[in-house]
Parts: sequence; structure tokens; C-alpha cells
Amino acid sequence: MLAASRAGRASLWIALALLAGLPLVVPDYPLYLASLTLIYALAALGLNLTLGYAGQVSLAQGAFMGIGAYGLALFTAQGVPFLLALAGGAALAFACGLLLGYPALKVKHHSLAMVTMGFNIIAFLLMRNEEWLTGGSYGLSGIPRPRLGPVSFADDRAYYLLVLAVTASVAALAARMIHSPWGRGLRAIRENEVRAEVVGVNLRNYKLAAFAVGALLGGIAGGLFAPLLRYIDPHAFSLERSIQLLLMVVVGGLGRFSGPLIGAVVVTILPEILRMTQGLYLILFSGLIMLLVLFRPQGLIALGDLFRPASAEGRR
Amino acid sequence: MTGSPMALLEITRLTKHFYRATALLDVSFSVRQGEILGLIGPNGSGKTTAFNCVSGLLTPDGGSIRFRGEQIAGLRPDAIFRRGMGRTFQLLQVFPGMTALENMLVAAQERAGGTLTRILQRDPAAMRRRAEELLRFLGIEAQAGQPAGNLSYGQQKLLDFGMALMGEPSLVLLDEPMAAINPVMIETLADRIRQLNGAGVSFAIIEHNVGVVLDFCHRVVVLDHGEVIAEGQPSAIREDPQVIAAYFGG
Repeated sequence: MLAASRAGRASLWIALALLAGLPLVVPDYPLYLASLTLIYALAALGLNLTLGYAGQVSLAQGAFMGIGAYGLALFTAQGVPFLLALAGGAALAFACGLLLGYPALKVKHHSLAMVTMGFNIIAFLLMRNEEWLTGGSYGLSGIPRPRLGPVSFADDRAYYLLVLAVTASVAALAARMIHSPWGRGLRAIRENEVRAEVVGVNLRNYKLAAFAVGALLGGIAGGLFAPLLRYIDPHAFSLERSIQLLLMVVVGGLGRFSGPLIGAVVVTILPEILRMTQGLYLILFSGLIMLLVLFRPQGLIALGDLFRPASAEGRR
Repeated sequence: MTGSPMALLEITRLTKHFYRATALLDVSFSVRQGEILGLIGPNGSGKTTAFNCVSGLLTPDGGSIRFRGEQIAGLRPDAIFRRGMGRTFQLLQVFPGMTALENMLVAAQERAGGTLTRILQRDPAAMRRRAEELLRFLGIEAQAGQPAGNLSYGQQKLLDFGMALMGEPSLVLLDEPMAAINPVMIETLADRIRQLNGAGVSFAIIEHNVGVVLDFCHRVVVLDHGEVIAEGQPSAIREDPQVIAAYFGG
């Protein structure tokens, strides 16, 4: 097991090195897609924490991205330094996630899906209607790329590296959380809420934290998203975005750490590849997703299990 | 029926309704320190409802539940567990996708510090040791690394029991612990309960195997239609005409 864990760590470092070398070999547009994939992966990782690990249905991750994105744009417009603005936007998303966690104490499953969907719709309407703050349907433009000390991230390649560094660091922290006793408590809630409570797990604290931390990751993703395009509008954070993020989690593998990362690659890159089929690409994409969910409901990550010897360990 | 000065758990006039149906009406009994109390009665007599009220899964409509002298009626289940009361369930309640060892660790981790501690630190060595010792005590240490869902029914029952013990309880509520398991495992379980009882742990047991209960328990409370109809030594309960009529159909 130790050898397997060493091998896993080694392949992780190799993957990171390859990703870091990407700007040297790929042109601008694929690099933009790579940045976008990393940002979506981060948001999907947050949703996986709420839904995949704690079992709390959420259709609001797009809204949390929006809160992080608008937070960063508005803070930087006031002259707040990038990292502080990023933290400020993420903190707003965290606070909203904490608030949205309260209904999860009362309702579950489809009812909770409706509540979180309502939250996303309200957030979208606020972004669209409060023109004085958000620029309404026209959105906010001219969002600057950051400069950290002497290093400027204005260039697409440099910004990609910043996105990679933030995503990798946050993902490492999330992995640490999931593999901690706290993460085990979340999995216990997902597997058997009643039993978890009867062996001392405080459902209230865990559920609120699962929503808040999931939202925090969404907020950080939104904060990275805004300077990527240097422009944001409400449509980028509508219910459609939440569903897209949910799709990434489901396609990749719900409740598996690497699942959303794989899902983000597939859901972001596959439509681009299928564009060569012109008008058919959305039909093909949707068809492939339907087949995948039908025949591999545990997600793409479960394909790897087919080639792995039966493990004695419980599912992470 | 109540009011023992040595009562660990003291239930007084406990009442619970489900809409118009009365599940428990003015039920009073106690579990004394170091005692094994049997709770018997026909199906639907309110035994599990009483356990659910005591362990915090249901909020009583009336009456009081005092545990170690403290009023616990209406407290959340996790708060009651942390006060030193464990329980098992009639139907299997383990975390099937987690290993047996992880099942045990979940049942102790909330005692080890706050949320940040649980995020930043690994399991305390003592907690891990206790989990492993309990698995060994119950004879399922070989299954420690296996997902609980892969264990046999009897092994899962033992694991469920082990989880109830992880919180170092002074009282354990066992809901039909011996149902649907083989005689060898029944003997193992009975032996472990006796050993723990000898070490000072009190038990309240719901069991349909009346022979086992009457041989095993120090005292027995009989419920019928949500009311206590008898309480006393097993030998007296065996002869009680009301119990014979209600429970044994005599």
C-alpha cells in the first residue's frame, strides 16, 4: 500500500510538471481552455465536497463562482490587491454557503435541490438587476490580471501558471481535509446520516461546513475566472453553470477525489473536440454523456478500478 | 417503579404520540448502575420508540428522561452519545463503504477536539488503539481493513456493537442484538456483554428471544400497547399472568 501511495504521489508530481510545461508547447486558445478547465475543476472539487462527500445536493455552485468573481472584480476596482480581493470574494461565497447550509438541516434530496436552485436564480437576478453594482446584463469589464510583487501575470501564459498554482494548492488542501477525520465524518453522513448522528457526529456543524467549504472553493474558482477573460456577466453564473459543474462531478465520479478533475477535462474539452462535427456537436456530446451515465454511473474514474486489483480499503 | 437512588437512566412518565396513535403512555422505568435491563413486549408495544426517545432520535411529547442525573429529553443524538450512552439498532446500521476500522474511528472522533483539530490532525494513537482492541475483543480484527458492507450479517452486528462501545459509554442500549445471527455468535455477543457488564457498563436490551432475556438480564420491564405492564426479576416476570397473557399469548 505504501508503494502504491508512493507511486500515486510520483504520478501526481509528473502530472503537475507536465501541466506546468504546457505553456511552452501549446498555442493560446488551448492554453485558455486549460486555464478554464483548471478553474472549473476547482469549482467542481468544491461541489464534490458538498455533494459527493457530504451527500448534500446543491445546484448553487455556479452562484458561488459568481459571488467570487464579482467580489474580486469589485474589490480590485477599489484598488484592493489581487490576493486580498480573491480572499474577499471567496469569503463572501463562504458566508453565503454557510447561510445556504441552514436549509440543508431541514430538507434533503430533491427538496434541497429546489432550495439551492432557488438560491442560484436569486443570485443570478441580483447580478443582472443590480446594475449600479454589477453592471447588469452588460457585466463588468476591464478586470485586471494580477501583479504579485515584481511578477506580472498579465500574459496568458503567466496567468495560466498562476491558475495552476492556486488550483493545485487548494486541491492539496482539500485532499488533506477529505482524508482527515473530518472528511471521514462527512463520508459517514453520506453513508448513513442517522447512524452518524447516533455515534456523535454533529450533523449541523458538518453540513454547514460542507456547504461553506464547497462554496469557498467555488468562490476561489470565480475569483480566478474573472481576470481570465477580464470580463464577467451574469450569464456565466446562471443555473446552467451549476448544472454544468454538477455534470463534471457526476461524469468524473461522485465522491472520488479525482473525479471532478477528470469531469472538468471531459466537459470542457470534449465539446471543443466535437466542434469538427459542426452542427452535430452538442447532440453528440449529450449522447456521449447519456451513454456514460447509463453504463458507468460511478463516473469515468471507476474505469481505472477495472484495471486495479480488488482493494481492501473503503472508498475514498 | 422508578426513583432508585442508583439509577443511571431514569425515565418518568414518558409519552410519545404519532399523530393520533399513542406509542408510549406514561412509561416509567429505570436502569441502575451496573445492571442489565431487559425490555420486552409484543411487536408494536413501544420498545424501539422508547429507545429512540432516550437516544435522541425522537423528541418525547411528555415526561422526563434523566441520564446520570441530567435531563436529556430533547437533546440531539450526538450530544447524548457524547454524554456516555451508546446504542445499536434493530436493522443493521453501519457505514458500508467504509472499512470496519473507519466505522469504529468515526464513532470516537467527535470526542477528540474541535472541527479544526479533526481537519488538521490525524487520529490520536490512543483512539486507534482502542478501535483495534475493541475489534479484537469482538473477534473481528481480521476484518478491520475490509469495507463494512462486505462483512457477514453477524460480523456487521458485532461491528455495530463495537461502534456503540467506542464512546466509552456507561450505558448501552441494544435493540435486538441477537436477532438473525447464528448461535455461536449469540454466545460470543452474550459473553462480551457479560464481560463489559462485569467491568461496570450497564445495558438495556430489547430482545425477542425471551429465553435469552430471562436468563441474561438482572431485571425485566414488559411493555404492551405503549404501557409498562410488569417490571421485576426474570423469575417473577416468567410467572406474571398479565405478561403471559400479553406476550406469550397464554
